[in-house]
Amino acid sequence: MSRYANDTAAIEALVRPTEVHRDIYIDEDVFKLEMKHLFANTWVFVGHDSQTPNKGDYFTTEIGTQPVIMVRHSDDQIYVLHNRCPHKGTKIAIDRAGNTGKFFRCPYHAWSFKTNGCLLAIPLRKGYKDTGLEESHSVNGMAPVGAVKNYRGFVFARLAKDGIDFDTFFGNALSSIDNMVDRSPAGRLEVSGPPLRYMHRCNWKMLVENQTDTCHPMVAHESSAGTAIDLWEKMDKPEGTKTPMAMEVIAPFMSSYEFFENMGIRTWPNGHGHTGVHHSIHSDYSAIPGYFEQMVEAYGEEKARAILGESRHNTIYFPNIMIKGPIQQLRLFKPISAGRTLVESYIYRLVDAPDMLVERTAMYNRLINAPTSMVGHDDLEMYERAQEGLHSDGLEWVNVQRLYVEGEDFEDEAIENGTTERQMRNQFHAWTKYMTMSMDGGAR
Amino acid sequence: MTFPSRDDLIDFVYDEARMLDDGRFDEWLALWKPDGMYWMPLDYNQQDAKHVTSLLHEDFFMIKLRVERFKGERTFSQKPKTRCHHVIQRPFIEEVDHEAGRFVTHTPFHYVETRLDDQTLLAANARHELELVDGALKIRLKRVDLLNCDAAFGNIQMFL
Ligand code: FES
Ligand SMILES: [Fe+2]
Repeated sequence: MSRYANDTAAIEALVRPTEVHRDIYIDEDVFKLEMKHLFANTWVFVGHDSQTPNKGDYFTTEIGTQPVIMVRHSDDQIYVLHNRCPHKGTKIAIDRAGNTGKFFRCPYHAWSFKTNGCLLAIPLRKGYKDTGLEESHSVNGMAPVGAVKNYRGFVFARLAKDGIDFDTFFGNALSSIDNMVDRSPAGRLEVSGPPLRYMHRCNWKMLVENQTDTCHPMVAHESSAGTAIDLWEKMDKPEGTKTPMAMEVIAPFMSSYEFFENMGIRTWPNGHGHTGVHHSIHSDYSAIPGYFEQMVEAYGEEKARAILGESRHNTIYFPNIMIKGPIQQLRLFKPISAGRTLVESYIYRLVDAPDMLVERTAMYNRLINAPTSMVGHDDLEMYERAQEGLHSDGLEWVNVQRLYVEGEDFEDEAIENGTTERQMRNQFHAWTKYMTMSMDGGAR
Repeated sequence: MTFPSRDDLIDFVYDEARMLDDGRFDEWLALWKPDGMYWMPLDYNQQDAKHVTSLLHEDFFMIKLRVERFKGERTFSQKPKTRCHHVIQRPFIEEVDHEAGRFVTHTPFHYVETRLDDQTLLAANARHELELVDGALKIRLKRVDLLNCDAAFGNIQMFL
């Protein structure tokens, strides 16, 4: 396949303790190996179960670059199937979402499948009599992915049949999902509307790294957040004017280095981690009337305070999602090629909580993550410049050294200064592990 | 202007687009009511601007912020600056309510944005809800529905 295929040593040589090789971002062969190994061996986010509330509801997406269907079967369980007809390969579902009733029917020759993928019927089946169809792969129907786990509504899949189990892969990192879901008095989230879709001409890992990059906001976002603060201060307004929601959302992007240093970063094994251990850019949002009372009623005062006291900023679930508990948002970084990534930004409604919460979430999404947003433009400009700059032969290595300590052990949970690049190093450590896990004629 | 004629309404829409194409933002800002809203839905036929995401749903403060940012020295995504170009079809007059001083137009248009080597073409419909304020037409709501609102875009930098 390439100079890196089945060459564990060559892959490992791309990651050094304090720097990584540019091929990780720009080499199409490395990208193909990521799709084959990294996205097969890890637990990858598929969708939220509120996207398929009823039996027969389905939703089409990709795991890495593999087209899949997430569907609710008649037993009420969520299945994740490869979106490919076992006859001649036609994609079964094309719509982004829909309801297929009791079965899928291939639009080419009308083979049909139960919503768990099992072959149901073939027209003129007698034409296969005595041909040995029973021995073919096709008779198994639409292939399911290796493993699926619905964790409190969030559906993850592992493409590989065998591998690390869900709980071991995520460990304590699941606490961020728990906190996000617990913010609903009913303990449940529901997706609210379609996701923003934003095309990035850069490598998917740049986006994931940027989620815990706390040294860029005050620089890159001066144009948006900085201008917002100036404009608001200069504006003629009556004494005691309440800060509008949009300003509460955008202004903290200009927080000082000290603010970000003190907020802390926590890392977990397998590449997961989060910013905002002690406080975050979400800490000082105004209280939403009635919400705390609902939470106290649901959980008791002590637990309610503990849930709302968490102010985690960005939690990375390796390899390719980020969630924001305090505003119920999930961003999915879908790899398309080494130099192209589709970003989908979802928002969730807290079931039984005041509507004003999802109003703020929707506003955050628009202001920060839309292809029409100012803050999003600031970031994308930097990624695209990096993607172009990495083709320069001036230097082949990318530096991720900030607050490095010799002998870092990523198998341990750690909390550090909020401007460390340890979480990026943690991701690259996991990257190497899951890239090479099934190389050398191993499990796959 | 006592009551705006059909031509006045049509001219308003054309002039507005021309101001954007020419980069005359201060004149353009003066077209807005202070409580005006600019809305670009994310979903085809979207009704709710608040509780689901839109591409844009911004008040006059945010509109002004965009203009300020556009001019800023450290606005790296605007080095070099984006240029835009509107080709608009003759607006339809949807509603005329002289008593309330309220007028609604519907305008299909094509929009081109260019920066560096890229050029993006978008097709859209604009709905202008206008009001007479001290004898002048002002924008209360501009809603822009992209034909491909559900597509994945790169940066869309300017106002449509
Ligand atoms: S390709 Fe699906 S039935 Fe033939
Ligand atoms: Fe950023």
